[in-house]
Amino acid sequence: MATRHSRSAARLMMAPAVILLLGWMLVPLTMTLWFSFRKYLPLRGGDLGWVGFENYVRFVKSASFWPSVQATMTLVVGVLVITVVVGILLALLLDQPMWGQGVVRILVIAPFFVMPTVSALVWKNLMLDPINGFFGHLARSLGLQPVDWLSQASMPSIIMIVSWEWLPFATLILLTAFQSLDSEQLEAAEMDGAGPVARFFYIMVPHLARAITVVILIQTIFLLSIFAEIFVTTGGAFGTKTLTYLIYQRVLESQNVGLGSAGGVYAIILANIVAIFLMRIVGKNLDA
Amino acid sequence: MGRIVLDKVTKTFGNVEVIPPLDLTIEDGEFCVFVGPSGCGKSTLLRLIAGLEDVTSGRVLIDDTDATEIPPAKRGLAMVFQSYALYPHMTVRKNIAFPLRMAGLDQAEIDRRVEEAAKVLNLTDYLDRRPGQLSGGQRQRVAIGRAIVREPKAFLFDEPLSNLDAALRVGMRLEISELHNRLGTTMIYVTHDQVEAMTMADKIVVLRAGNIEQVGSPLELYERPRNLFVAGFIGSPTMNFITGPEAEKRGAATLGIRPEHIRVGEGLPWSGIVGVAEHLGSDTFLHVHDTGLAETITVRVPGDVEFKHGDRVVFGPDEAKIHLFDANGLRKP
Repeated sequence: MATRHSRSAARLMMAPAVILLLGWMLVPLTMTLWFSFRKYLPLRGGDLGWVGFENYVRFVKSASFWPSVQATMTLVVGVLVITVVVGILLALLLDQPMWGQGVVRILVIAPFFVMPTVSALVWKNLMLDPINGFFGHLARSLGLQPVDWLSQASMPSIIMIVSWEWLPFATLILLTAFQSLDSEQLEAAEMDGAGPVARFFYIMVPHLARAITVVILIQTIFLLSIFAEIFVTTGGAFGTKTLTYLIYQRVLESQNVGLGSAGGVYAIILANIVAIFLMRIVGKNLDA
Repeated sequence: MGRIVLDKVTKTFGNVEVIPPLDLTIEDGEFCVFVGPSGCGKSTLLRLIAGLEDVTSGRVLIDDTDATEIPPAKRGLAMVFQSYALYPHMTVRKNIAFPLRMAGLDQAEIDRRVEEAAKVLNLTDYLDRRPGQLSGGQRQRVAIGRAIVREPKAFLFDEPLSNLDAALRVGMRLEISELHNRLGTTMIYVTHDQVEAMTMADKIVVLRAGNIEQVGSPLELYERPRNLFVAGFIGSPTMNFITGPEAEKRGAATLGIRPEHIRVGEGLPWSGIVGVAEHLGSDTFLHVHDTGLAETITVRVPGDVEFKHGDRVVFGPDEAKIHLFDANGLRKP
């Protein structure tokens, strides 16, 4: 990559990929922006022309808007806390030498390969169902009244399902971070009089900072757009209507593409606000 | 205080016996170096003393108390690791203060001791930097600083200089020796480099496959090596070993003569062809072939002499400095 010639050749060769990706991003974005300023009701007259900011105003004024933002944040924060904390503990456990380590590690990663729709269905019918579900049986065997999870504790249930899906990812990243920790550092801390708990908080957690940052950033991107789990389980009822789900309802259930597109633009803005906050708080861990 | 006694200590990993029963006493204030080729068990021995490995059998006594079951932190020993093992996310100040914080000292006392250690080690200007911003030698000093603030009974060094370049190594060697003179604390130092052992030690322990081959002062080891292994390991360039008629004439299986104890001059009994002549300025090392004594004989001639490849050289040993070994490789008295 040293000469001018090879540099321009490199640019030429990268161009198709860059143009394709740029188009992939720009076309939907432009279309969303375009539709968000139009009154577009596919089954009730089609494209009915410009309406200015009316869609934006209506979307925010809707009684469902702020609860949906709140539901989104609850879901994201809840899942992040659970996956990071449990992920660290699981990674710590898997880092210990034990019999059948390879198999156990693959089993731990397994949930990540299950499609969101499938895992939500499995949870809904096999685990959370008050009559046939595992938790229901468990409650009855203890003489308790089974909980109808998805209606009585709907948000915690969805957080549980999504956490289960994302825990393998967090565990895997954190496990590799644990494995890159220099064992001499732990031994030095041991010689310096640090007990297991002090070693965990003074040596291991700071070492994990960068991995935790990666987990938080990547998971946030995906968690903001959680959809299938809500669609399959509660259908947005019982306070589980996230911003993503609200947009879906506006576009497909109300057949109002313009209103939904305005919601989409709000979602982009929300994602960027979250991203800025995250980069402020944890992004400095990625430097140096 | 810092007298360390190993009493019939053994260590096995699985079925492999790394340390066969071993007895050793390290006196208070002594600079003791464990030296041996890699894989000889010297680091394992150090880790047994530190408590980072459990002994399989036997006892470790520190100041006449049985420390075998005492956890590493409570043994009152400080260790400097080969990789320095600094905590990368802490500043130099926090690194050095870490053992004191763990011991629960109050902040004023911690500050006082850290400042003092930093002054001793010339680290005052670097206290607020992170280990990543320091050079190898500075990191080494931080690691030593972290050890000295604890005021331990003994320091354990695990090949502390092997990650430094040659010039820095010589400098740090001196600094560690000076530190030992100033503190007077027991130090146990592991190295594979016999030059480090010879220059720093009060007492050298030569190890091979977990066995102690010889214990003694550097000069004792140099002048009276107990067997062929020690004779070959201590001294640079290594001792020449001659078998055959020359050895038999003196009633031994092997004759050992150090390169520096061979003289060059007409009328001497041995001769050969110079292979390589290494001119160091202060000395010249001649690697002599076709002597009929051994494959190569190394000869150390003081000063710079005009020998080149292919020259014939006549030389002979200093009879008083000859070492004789029997068929088992043990020194003949």
